[in-house]
Amino acid sequence: MAVVGTEIRATSESLLTARQPRKAANMGQIIRWLLLFAGGILMVAPIAYMISTSLKWPHEIYNLALIPDEPHLENYTYVLEDGRFYGWFVNSIIIATITTVSNILFDSLVGYTLCKFRFAGRYIIFIAILSTLMIPTEMLVIPWYLMSQALGWLDSYWGIMFPGLMTAFGTFLMKQFFETVPDDFIEAARIDGLNELEIWWTVAMPLVRPALAALAIFVFLGNWTAFIWPLIVTNSVEMYTLPVGLSSFGDEADVQWELIMTGAAISTIPTLVVFLVFQRFIIRGVVMAGLKG
Amino acid sequence: MASLTIRNLVKTYDKTEVLHGISLSVKDGEFVVFVGPSGCGKSTTLRLIAGLEETTSGEIEIAGRTVNNLEPKDRNIAMVFQNYAIYPHMTVRKNIGFGLRTSKLSKTERISRLEEVASILDMTELLGRKPSQLSGGQRQRVAIGRAMVRDPAVFLFDEPLSNLDAQLRTQMRLEIKKLHQRVGNTIVFVTHDQVEAMTLADRIVIMKDGHIQQVGTPSEVYHQPANTFVAQFIGAPSMNMIPGTVAGGMVRVGSELKIGLGLALEEGRSVTLGVRPDDLHPGGAASLVEGKVTVREPLGPETLIYVETEQGEVIAKADGKSPPEVGEHVKLNAEPDSIHVFDGETGTSLA
Ligand SMILES: Nc1ncnc2c1ncn2[C@@H]1O[C@H](COP(=O)(O)OP(=O)(O)O)[C@@H](O)[C@H]1O
Ligand SMILES: [Mg+2]
Repeated sequence: MAVVGTEIRATSESLLTARQPRKAANMGQIIRWLLLFAGGILMVAPIAYMISTSLKWPHEIYNLALIPDEPHLENYTYVLEDGRFYGWFVNSIIIATITTVSNILFDSLVGYTLCKFRFAGRYIIFIAILSTLMIPTEMLVIPWYLMSQALGWLDSYWGIMFPGLMTAFGTFLMKQFFETVPDDFIEAARIDGLNELEIWWTVAMPLVRPALAALAIFVFLGNWTAFIWPLIVTNSVEMYTLPVGLSSFGDEADVQWELIMTGAAISTIPTLVVFLVFQRFIIRGVVMAGLKG
Repeated sequence: MASLTIRNLVKTYDKTEVLHGISLSVKDGEFVVFVGPSGCGKSTTLRLIAGLEETTSGEIEIAGRTVNNLEPKDRNIAMVFQNYAIYPHMTVRKNIGFGLRTSKLSKTERISRLEEVASILDMTELLGRKPSQLSGGQRQRVAIGRAMVRDPAVFLFDEPLSNLDAQLRTQMRLEIKKLHQRVGNTIVFVTHDQVEAMTLADRIVIMKDGHIQQVGTPSEVYHQPANTFVAQFIGAPSMNMIPGTVAGGMVRVGSELKIGLGLALEEGRSVTLGVRPDDLHPGGAASLVEGKVTVREPLGPETLIYVETEQGEVIAKADGKSPPEVGEHVKLNAEPDSIHVFDGETGTSLA
């Protein structure tokens, strides 16, 4: 037994070392690890400080120590008991959810149409949609505002949501993914007697689930963290979304960082849930399984 | 009942005509195979019949009804694709049942229909599986099942076996043939494989460049090919083509008069003589062509020999036990009635 054990170890060792010459591996690996480490710190530091700050008393917050002197949960109690936070949270959930569902449906519907149907002007429409990607949001904010004002959408859910209910990026993403769905699937369904809307929904959509999941994550996060437009279009505190509301914690002179950070920490929870729910779809690509083996 | 008639079918893609007036009539219950090299328009013809493409001109009639302006679902056809196109997110049961979605059967009738099809295809145990858990042959069987449940007037198959490995292909070929004998629906089957065509078809339609070259039973297209294309496409190895000229009621190959013609052809006309390797053997005093053996391919009972002649390379069949050596000069001969005569310019049969 012992002999077998060492043999196995010897083989696995030689397999490991056989991959690269030892010296080069060491140098290259050290550099790689350092880069990854630096990247990791960059990623984690803000989150660590967010949580750390949320556990501090106000007098401590400009002390950069990661571990608070007297960690406590008072901030959490305060924020959660503050009625405004709850209202903003609900606003954000409603807005991000509706916008996500809307993007999933309409981006994919348009993407599918652009991808799988031949009609006059199809290419022009596609280019027109793509070209809107080149217009920065900052430039659109004022026209949006004027439009909302004219149509009476200021300070409403609709006003906050309408610019994002469909996105050029999502349409482009879905169109590209529908390219990977072989026409055979669609034609088979057509012969089986489904109408075009049924084909899109029951055949094409399940085949691009990974893309839909990715899109859902993008759109949800994008709307969850959106700041400029909700700030501009809302007036009343009750209509604020979470980021807008959080930034208003405290008065102009005295920003209450520990409360903002507490609210921010709580508001990451839905994004984690969304990510965990949808990411498993991203991992499983399903399109190929129905085709030749 | 479920006959299929095509009249002068023309299909143009962006000004390029790819089908130049195809006409054919398929009897009820007949198994017709379209065969031809890749790009000759087989799939296009099938897709026109299915209604997946619009005809440029011409008429398609299924069971006596003109279907040109009908949607695919209203044509009472079912199609099996080369890539199977079974839905990966649905179980086998759902995939097969998919074909019944729009039918007017009651729920119990649907279930019994589905189970009947599953048992015909020997898939009852697999009904709960997803396509990813099936082998290539099983997936293709699911695709056939989905087509079968609807009991369509006409089955359309577009190269359904070409993604399978050789052994499975032979097996599935047999299964499809048995299936046809059992259910008796009209089948239009497309393939580029002449063996598949020969073994499956009641009638073969041989296509090239958007034209039908010949329509006939496997025996007819093999024994009476309409032109040199059909002669060379059907049968393996391909028929040898030997150029000659008519001289005094005989055909001159090279400088010698070789065979008598049973035909009255004008003096000096150029012809092509076609002889299958199976009918061309070394030995004998007289010869059709002669030359040096360059390659031998032993097949067991026989040996194929490749012979370099003045008229080009020809393939002949020699005895398996004592074939001529490589480099040996051989005289090759064939029975006169196994020699096909084609026009030297157009390639059409002169028989
Ligand atoms: N959608 C299309 N657009 C343009 N040309 C096409 C299209 N489909 C097929 N063709 C052309 O039509 C010809 C016949 O194609 P096809 O019917 O698929 O051949 P086969 O199935 O016999 O291999 C080919 O030259 C092909 O390039
Ligand atoms: Mg084809």
